[in-house]
Amino acid sequence: METILLFAPLVGALVCGFGWKFIGEKPAMVTSTALLFLSAFLSWLVFLLGNFPENSIPLFTWVESGGLVADWAIRMDRLTATMLIVITTVSALVHLYSFGYMDHDPQWREGEVYKPRFFAYLSFFTFAMLMLVTADNLLQLFFGWEGVGVASYLLIGFYWRKPSAGSAAMKAFIVNRVGDFGFLLAIFAIFYVTDSIQFETIFALAPEIAETTIRFLWTDWNAANLIAFLLFVGAMGKSAQLGLHTWLPDAMEGPTPVSALIHAATMVTAGVFLVCRMSPIMEFADTAMAFVVVLGAATAFFAATVGLVQNDIKRVIAYSTCSQLGYMFVAAGLGAYSVAMFHLLTHAFFKAMLFLGAGSVIHAMHHEQDMRNYGGLKDKIPYTFWAMMIGTLAITGVGIPLLYIGFPVGFAGFVSKDAIIEVAYVGNTGAFWALVVAAMFTSFYSWRLMFLTFYGTPRGDKHTHEHAHESPATMTIPLGVLGVGAVLAGMVFYGPFFGSQAKVDKFFDISHSEAADHTAITTHIIGAANAADDDHGHGEPRAPQTPGEGAIYVGDDNNVINEAHEVPAWVKVSPFIAMLLGFGAAWLFYIKATWLPRQWQQNLGPLYGFLLNKWYFDEIYDAVFVRPAKGLGRLLWKKGDGTIIDGGINGLAMGIVPFATKWLNRAQSGYIFTYAFAMVIGIVALITWTTIGAGN
Amino acid sequence: MDNLLSIVTFTPLIAALILAIFLRGDDEAAQRNAKWLALGATTFTFIVSLFILAGFDPDDTGFQFVEERAWIAGLTYRMGVDGISVLFVMLTTFLMPLVIAACWDVTTRVKDYMVALLVLETLMIGVFCALDLILFYLFFEAGLIPMFLIIGIWGGANRIYASFKFFLYTLLGSVLMLVAMIAMYLDAGTTCIGACGANNVELLTHTFPSEPFSVLGIDIVGGMQTLLWLAFFASFAVKMPMWPVHTWLPDAHVQAPTAGSVVLAAILLKMGGYGFLRFSLPMFPVGSEVLGPLVLWLSAIAIVYASLVAMMQDDMKKLIAYSSVAHMGFVTMGIFAANQQGLDGAIFQMISHGFISGALFLCVGVVYDRMHTREIAAYGGLVNRMPAYALIFMLFTMANVGLPGTSGFVGEFLTLVGVFQANTWVALVACTGVILSAGYALWLYRRVVFGDLIKESLRSITDLTGREKAIFAPLAFFTILLGIYPSLVTDIIGPSVAALVANYEMATADLALQGAVASVDN
Repeated sequence: METILLFAPLVGALVCGFGWKFIGEKPAMVTSTALLFLSAFLSWLVFLLGNFPENSIPLFTWVESGGLVADWAIRMDRLTATMLIVITTVSALVHLYSFGYMDHDPQWREGEVYKPRFFAYLSFFTFAMLMLVTADNLLQLFFGWEGVGVASYLLIGFYWRKPSAGSAAMKAFIVNRVGDFGFLLAIFAIFYVTDSIQFETIFALAPEIAETTIRFLWTDWNAANLIAFLLFVGAMGKSAQLGLHTWLPDAMEGPTPVSALIHAATMVTAGVFLVCRMSPIMEFADTAMAFVVVLGAATAFFAATVGLVQNDIKRVIAYSTCSQLGYMFVAAGLGAYSVAMFHLLTHAFFKAMLFLGAGSVIHAMHHEQDMRNYGGLKDKIPYTFWAMMIGTLAITGVGIPLLYIGFPVGFAGFVSKDAIIEVAYVGNTGAFWALVVAAMFTSFYSWRLMFLTFYGTPRGDKHTHEHAHESPATMTIPLGVLGVGAVLAGMVFYGPFFGSQAKVDKFFDISHSEAADHTAITTHIIGAANAADDDHGHGEPRAPQTPGEGAIYVGDDNNVINEAHEVPAWVKVSPFIAMLLGFGAAWLFYIKATWLPRQWQQNLGPLYGFLLNKWYFDEIYDAVFVRPAKGLGRLLWKKGDGTIIDGGINGLAMGIVPFATKWLNRAQSGYIFTYAFAMVIGIVALITWTTIGAGN
Repeated sequence: MDNLLSIVTFTPLIAALILAIFLRGDDEAAQRNAKWLALGATTFTFIVSLFILAGFDPDDTGFQFVEERAWIAGLTYRMGVDGISVLFVMLTTFLMPLVIAACWDVTTRVKDYMVALLVLETLMIGVFCALDLILFYLFFEAGLIPMFLIIGIWGGANRIYASFKFFLYTLLGSVLMLVAMIAMYLDAGTTCIGACGANNVELLTHTFPSEPFSVLGIDIVGGMQTLLWLAFFASFAVKMPMWPVHTWLPDAHVQAPTAGSVVLAAILLKMGGYGFLRFSLPMFPVGSEVLGPLVLWLSAIAIVYASLVAMMQDDMKKLIAYSSVAHMGFVTMGIFAANQQGLDGAIFQMISHGFISGALFLCVGVVYDRMHTREIAAYGGLVNRMPAYALIFMLFTMANVGLPGTSGFVGEFLTLVGVFQANTWVALVACTGVILSAGYALWLYRRVVFGDLIKESLRSITDLTGREKAIFAPLAFFTILLGIYPSLVTDIIGPSVAALVANYEMATADLALQGAVASVDN
């Protein structure tokens, strides 16, 4: 079953990529979509049944060199299964959606076949993503990691006629490679320390890694911190965290279904998954994790500020994604891995929904993406409007604060985002405030999007507005399914991801087996003593967990989930208030007093420009990295190769061989004979030596 | 059959002789006959070489298929392959039929062209099989002559300059290597490299003196071994080519015809790497230990330097040539990391680079045949009219970038794993190649293939022909197969590499011990 689940998308990709010539376009597309739905069905089966195989299922050996062994294998546990349902569900829906969205795409000329290629890329992406999450070693994970990168590259550059698409695709790949640079070094370091890249071995050795120092570059490092930091650099690239985020907004050059699948729901969350997957090492790397929290919070804040002023509907959502990923990293960095996964899950539903909704708007508006040319679309495209409304209610975090009936009552984002904010309050006050402010901004830009698009009077091209039409069923059905997720996912999955440490442990197959030996008992006693000191301590202290057991590792002194439930009421209400403030401001700016935005733009010109230009990251990178690299390349080529090396060699040649110029003027065979002659002389010399030697 | 190696080595030469002696005229029929004969001979060679691979026992780390015959002047003709060399033989025999097929459209002096290529094949296979110093030298040096001719006769406008530069570089290395070989003979009393029969001295196991001495007041750590190592290094480093003696390669590639470029990049460059593996590392372990760090740094510089320079090229072939320099940097780095992963990776990288760079030069050849220019700016939007070409070019671009799932990744990854254990600084610097390679390769692809087709000259460009597809298909197949199942290679080279590493560590452990004793004495 696992194998079918994993390889069905690959088959779909091949059928669409090559088979369409034989069976026709439509059948190929239908096949790949059907296979994806099969995959999704099996994923839910795996997730709901929840009895995972003890060990990973090996397929065959991949790389073997001395002690370094990596198999192609399928590792199934709760973490993988959670990712599986996210990936295959969204992917199946996006496949279905693309039937409608990609039909009659104005980017293509009459008679050009582009749809099977699009489906092939989508299916290939899904396969790579599944390889990533089912890996049982770092190398297979890296295969998936790069595979999704390539799929992303191909899909961003899908409209290859547009120069901007080509550039964006390239940028995405190269910026991701900067992250990969860190990831690769992490793999090397792990192999250096543990002689293995298999998860099982690494995890079991995690406590020892924490005790190891490793000589890296100029100084000695704590191995766990170094590895965790380098891994996070990889995660930063893929998950577009501050510093390596510049590719994500540009990635919106790709068709909208791609943005929904890859740049919102799945690929960009791979970094969060990586941090959770490596939790046994992360738990021993306090310094690195502190960095994760700070960077996550900074990203959440930064991206939200930029999102405030963007005019392209997809870019607003892209920055929103970037920001929400920051939330997840804060949770993961504070050791609340299950909470990070929780937000990953709910976010996948509502963000895919927002993107597909945006796609539906764009489809209706004949591929116009500037929100300044929208307005008053509420009645023209009612399904899309309601879908977007649900998505917006979910992302801004609408719910009933402080009501708890076994779970909080609210849209998906309300439950999971508030969980992160509560965790942040426990772990890092600075991060807490950054996230609350970011929540306010989130609310503002989300409602701004809604008001500009669906309310007010139609702006822009009259003709386009008159012909605005609701999308076909292939596009609205996926929206409906995702809508269910966006409403319910938070409440349904609250218990297993954020209920209590005990519930979370059970869900992630942490059994607290009685393997508790002598040392475990010691820690147990210490743990109990700590718990007694702790004001928030309640109930039985958690029995220590062996690293590598279960799907995530929660360190012995990590009590963040239980503590997060004990935060004061004002903390719990704060994101809700922030949401209301953002909503109010958006309402004031875009419904009530529509002249205000222009006035603010003028009064706060420099700040507006700063935000509109995305804090000038692209310009700075261009000046600091891109142009110097090109300049250096040219310098090395012209001066290094040309003047110094060739000049030197030629000079040498002129000195030693005065006839060099004469040779050049002679027929080319001239010096070939010279060469042959020199070689013959050489051999004669050798033979002479050996014969004399033999004679002696 | 116990003379399989000789059959494989000399079949192309015999075919070349037949062509040279019996084929007359230069009309179309004669040209066609020459091509078919060359294709037949190389294909036959490949088929015979498959028997070598089939009969090869990876677990035997000694030489296999050994042949020994008396030769002129009391010398011995001795051939054999081990886990390190057998795959280079296979690479050569596999690529040559494709190379012949790739120059099917050549019309000038076709017969001579085929003769040159066939002779070249014999000499290249000979290099990888020779187990005698003199035989090796003969193959190694003579191999350059057909290459000179290929560049000099069928090359581009500036071919004289290019082959002259090639010549100058090679000459220096050759002279030094010859001197070193004489010194080796004087010390060991034999020219036999390995499989010399019981009780005979063989160079591979002979310990060359490594006591330090001083010349003109300079202390030479590692003594004679270091000097010998340096002499061989001069020759192999030029062949690789390593920074800073790489500048002949871009010029040679640019001027060489497509087939010449493919052979040069895919096989000839590997002779340098093979030389390091066959001579420098096992015969002069102390020299390698002393100067290894230097090689590591030169390699790291090569990777960054060549990648940066590649980025700025406006000639497609030059760009790929510089990318070859960068990829060979991974090879030398892996070799002198001197551990299992490094060496496995280096050999794998060489094999894989044979497919990938060969295919990339063929990709350039495809559009060059149609447009007669290699200038990147002359292209753009090829995907509009050449979808199959776009797909193939994308595959090999990604392989060149080292994407997991292609063979390009495995070599790069293993060498980096190896070198990380030796020197983290070098690993860090070399690892930036991962970013830079994506930069130059994807930028090239974007400028040539993506975009709208607006250039008038490209309006009628045609997609790959059936023949071209047939050439690319096996290359693509192996690039992917070795990417997902590299054990095909590592299983064969593994045991021999392990033996090499073990011997190396034993030899250098003594050195470390001596060092320790010396420091205790102080």
